[in-house]
Amino acid sequence: MVKYIVRRVLFLIPVLVGVAFCVFTLLYLTPGDPAKMVLGDLATESAIRDFREKEGLDKPFLVQFGNYLYKAVTQGDIGRSYVTKRPVMTEIMATFPATLKLATFAIVIAIVLGLPCGILSAIKQYSAFDTVTMILAMIGLSMPVFWLGLLLILLFSVYLRWLPSSGFDTFKAMILPSLALSAQSVSMITRMTRSSMLEVIRADYIRTARSKGQKESVVIWVHALHNALIPVVTLCGLQFGSLLAGAILTESIFAVPGVGRLMVESIKARDYPVVQGGVLFVAAAFSVVNLLVDLLYAYIDPRIKAQYR
Amino acid sequence: MTTDNKRDLLLDVQDLTIHYVTDNGTVHAVENLNLQLGHGETLGFVGETGAGKTTTALGIMRLIPSPPGVIKSGKIIFEGEDLLSMSEADMRGVRGGRIAMIFQDPMTSLNPVMTVDKQIAEMIKLHRNVGEAESLKLAGDMLELVGIRRERMKDYPHQFSGGMKQRVVIAIALACDPGLLIADEPTTALDVTIQAQVLELMKDLKRRFAASMILITHDLGIVADICDTVAIMYAGRVVEYADKRSLYSNPAHPYTVGLFNSVPDLDSDVEELNTIPGLMPDPMELPTGCTFHPRCLRAVPECSVSKPGMIEVEPGHFVACPHAGSKRGSGV
Repeated sequence: MVKYIVRRVLFLIPVLVGVAFCVFTLLYLTPGDPAKMVLGDLATESAIRDFREKEGLDKPFLVQFGNYLYKAVTQGDIGRSYVTKRPVMTEIMATFPATLKLATFAIVIAIVLGLPCGILSAIKQYSAFDTVTMILAMIGLSMPVFWLGLLLILLFSVYLRWLPSSGFDTFKAMILPSLALSAQSVSMITRMTRSSMLEVIRADYIRTARSKGQKESVVIWVHALHNALIPVVTLCGLQFGSLLAGAILTESIFAVPGVGRLMVESIKARDYPVVQGGVLFVAAAFSVVNLLVDLLYAYIDPRIKAQYR
Repeated sequence: MTTDNKRDLLLDVQDLTIHYVTDNGTVHAVENLNLQLGHGETLGFVGETGAGKTTTALGIMRLIPSPPGVIKSGKIIFEGEDLLSMSEADMRGVRGGRIAMIFQDPMTSLNPVMTVDKQIAEMIKLHRNVGEAESLKLAGDMLELVGIRRERMKDYPHQFSGGMKQRVVIAIALACDPGLLIADEPTTALDVTIQAQVLELMKDLKRRFAASMILITHDLGIVADICDTVAIMYAGRVVEYADKRSLYSNPAHPYTVGLFNSVPDLDSDVEELNTIPGLMPDPMELPTGCTFHPRCLRAVPECSVSKPGMIEVEPGHFVACPHAGSKRGSGV
């Protein structure tokens, strides 16, 4: 088991270096001189030269990338914002809690709603409940989050006046963004749970459990569910990862002060170090969540553990 | 089949009809099936794939997947009670406790995320009044009984070979000392060498537990080895039923004769193996009259009109064919 964990953790390193390289290259190739960006169009030639020297911008590409990586690993320094002049890490850490809260709320909603709906749909396949659930899941999957967000604001904030349309300081204010963000995940988890469950309840070992004289409820909740959950856990992890990364639209619509909104603002202001840091951070968060899922996976599926004894 | 009152019957299946109702039509999986099994007997249940053997077995367990499966009519009298009129709760007491089943494919019959001792203990806890610790201890005993070391009881199914998995399945089935054991092609998925071991084990345990057994198979050799009586099934019906000796020395139904003729003879040098001409009929559109008549070389015009009833050709030897009664090897 330790071998498995070590292996998975070591696997993270090339992934993160790869992401850093991609982001770094992309921004390196983007037109526009960072020195002019920071110092303004009226800066003198010598001032620009000094800045480039100080920031190492006159060095070859790979050296720059090496320096970037070195500082990131040893000091957690991933550059300074051109706009606020504060370290990028500080900017991200200031906004990350809101994103984390939003994504956590959304995934909790998705699991709490999606799992039971999927299980019931599978047990009562082709029933009215199943049909309605599948239609709703289809709508949830196909509805763009910005559209759903606007509809939710229109209904709950404008007409009914139950919930605020923006901000993220109170519990009430978190409801609408979390709902909007979770819609796709709920749908995906419902559908995945249903199909996984349908496959499992036809399995031979379920018949074996029934042939023992076991109660149907135990057959479903003990024998079937554990097996059916294995792929669903993976999906939940992937979803949580992408909720962390993909809350940009939701955060913009509901004015949630999270990483997503920080990145949108930074892109608008051409604040490249923040964009770069943001992407790297989101990728890292996604990878770490995936790592946790893999570990959980080994815990619930004994066949995986066995490979790394 | 007339009821033989002289025998002390454990199981008496009467006129059992099981259909699968699908959008494309109704599958007549089992039609007016009659079957009897005495205490301590082993019945060989022989037929081609799709003849309805497994459906019959699942019907006795009342485990036909529904929908689409429906038990249309019939009675399944087990130890004097009709299983089909039992409540689901009572039936759960029968399953595992009084009738246990061994399934065809040991690779998929065990829950992959549960250790084997727990899977055996589950059965024990359901039918015996014992606690968790006691049930696990008994599970270990059962494993040793089927020839698996006790140290391996905490292992998961994927850590066992196919033959050992089938031993685990057998341990589960016998854990509560059932009166009737239904084994659905228990060795089909195993290597030939392992087959022999598993069969030996089953023979031995059946004797030790004094259980009756229905052995579903398409292997006439296994039947000859293990069974007391044999029922030959074709397209949802039992076409011949007799004790082993009588059936092997004097097969009467043209289908049975065909089956025996298709067993390859190792001593004779032939170009082609003998087969029964034609294929099993589509169970959605069974032929009228005798379902075997389109493939039968002895068929006469009446065969396509009236369904043949069971005729007793010699004491205890029943055949669903009015033209039966010829010597083995002739006719087909």
